[in-house]
Amino acid sequence: MAESAFPRLGIQQKSQRSRAIDPEVIYGIWLRDLKKFWRERSRLWGGIARPILWLLILGSSLKGAISASSLSGGIDYQQYIFPGVIGLTLVFSALQSATSIIWDREFGFLKEVLAAPVSRMSIIIGKAVGGASQSTLQGAITMLFAPLIGLWLSPASIVALLVMMFVVSFALTALGVVIASKMTSFEGFGTISNFVVMPMYFLSGAIYPTASAPALIKPLILINPLSYGVDALRQITVGVGAFPFAFDVAFLIVFSLIMLAIALPLFNKE
Amino acid sequence: MAIPNPVERTMERRDGTIIAVDNLSRQFGDFTAVKGISFTVKEGEIFGFLGPNGAGKSTTIKMMCTLLKPTAGHIQVAGYDVDTAPDEVRTAIGIVFQDNSLDSGLTALENLRFHCMMYHIPRDERTVRIEAVLTLMDLTEFKDRLVKTFSGGMRRRLEIARGLLHEPRLLILDEPTVGLDPQTRSYIWQYVRQLRERRGTAIFMTTHYMEEAENCDRIAVIDKGEIVALDTPVELKKLVGADRIELTTSDPEATRAALVSQYGLPVTLDGNRVLFQVAGSERFVPQMLTAFAGMTPPIPIETLNVRRPTLEDVFLKLTGRTIREEEGAKDERRLSLRRRGRL
Repeated sequence: MAESAFPRLGIQQKSQRSRAIDPEVIYGIWLRDLKKFWRERSRLWGGIARPILWLLILGSSLKGAISASSLSGGIDYQQYIFPGVIGLTLVFSALQSATSIIWDREFGFLKEVLAAPVSRMSIIIGKAVGGASQSTLQGAITMLFAPLIGLWLSPASIVALLVMMFVVSFALTALGVVIASKMTSFEGFGTISNFVVMPMYFLSGAIYPTASAPALIKPLILINPLSYGVDALRQITVGVGAFPFAFDVAFLIVFSLIMLAIALPLFNKE
Repeated sequence: MAIPNPVERTMERRDGTIIAVDNLSRQFGDFTAVKGISFTVKEGEIFGFLGPNGAGKSTTIKMMCTLLKPTAGHIQVAGYDVDTAPDEVRTAIGIVFQDNSLDSGLTALENLRFHCMMYHIPRDERTVRIEAVLTLMDLTEFKDRLVKTFSGGMRRRLEIARGLLHEPRLLILDEPTVGLDPQTRSYIWQYVRQLRERRGTAIFMTTHYMEEAENCDRIAVIDKGEIVALDTPVELKKLVGADRIELTTSDPEATRAALVSQYGLPVTLDGNRVLFQVAGSERFVPQMLTAFAGMTPPIPIETLNVRRPTLEDVFLKLTGRTIREEEGAKDERRLSLRRRGRL
């Protein structure tokens, strides 16, 4: 056996490798993201501006043009797109939080995290939980618009909605983490917004029923996590949906796990 | 025969070695950034890596702190192999990167608390340790200020403070004073020396400032991925000759006579100027002055000038180039980057 010239002392020590899922690291990263979110409250305006634009302006204008009968269950158009607008808020906010990784890389803070004795998986989960929390807060702001369109949510459905928003945002932030680890500069959010956020939004059934979509784009709708997210949110808010609720939830969870699995090796390369 | 355990780790080496680098290489495609370097750093030592940008300094640091895998060779830090025990290595070292790695949107205290969480510092020790590093780096009164309001020097100190929180046995400083004004630089050095005295922390640093390298116990001069010399600053400077001393006196002849008779030095006279060379002038000059003052009659020295060989001279001799020829432009760029980061 080739022996290295390198001197070694053979005293063995027990492994103290960092835990793959480390609650304190996840909490630390989450806490930092939330603090910064709170300090940059300007981002909250997005949570207010988007529902005004989509729900109140576009929704009320299109309401007359779209007959209630063309929507499943004959519901009001504004109420129909309400969960879709929440979905838009979530996808915007989730991807925005995830792209903070690009900023952290550019401004050096990521090195502090990567040089620490923590597992990469915990860092990624911390980021995803942080992004999901911020998005849920934004989504909660959008949720406050419900009474304006005549939608009265029971306390139980509000709780269910918040939980669901978190699940959807987690999946979307995990996707954002994958995108952010592939991106080397932050010229980026405009690009992400044009090529990821808006297509995901329009291909999710957020503002029109996907049943009427051309066959060509059906596959895109079916692989889009936001389709299932909006569908689940819609089942909670107005009680109609295109897929079984359990399937929506299962899809989002599996999607999240796949994204985390893809992000891990990308992060290891940093 | 015992089968080696794949997670076997060797403990700290008994000879007080904190870093052991053996035949370390790193390639990027066709380019070899580090070419089979070997060196060791002792516990409590201030060890400098001196060389121009692109010499392989930062690449070596990245490999040392487990952020980059070596192409060949080994590194042990505090007895742990970077390859097989990266987490132990990470725990054993504190790092201050070349460019800012603080979160400027958080306060100093929040940055430190974040670090405590990442390094799993026991909860009941956190407050005490944070207080201690803030005091050490003179930042206590600024702890609740957002880092974006900090000056470059304060940021550096905070980064050093943070790097010390988990009480590493080795502090790695990558170009710790680039872009800082001379006064701040000398403060940083005061802190670093204090640190070694109080805690016995070993320090590994890279620099391309010659003046700064003077502060190290030992220096490795690195050029194009290879170590071309490794010794104490004093010994390195001996490579380029002794110190040149020039003094003026009202009695040059008596001065020459005394120097020749007392120390056997070859002396040149030029008007009232007396010129000679001596190794180790820092000891020689005070001794000579005392001796001259005690003579009858005393020899009156009016001015005294020592021109010591610099590490600049050493680098020139070893590589045939001055270190600064290659610097300027890149420093500028880095400065502007750093300024941007400060916004």
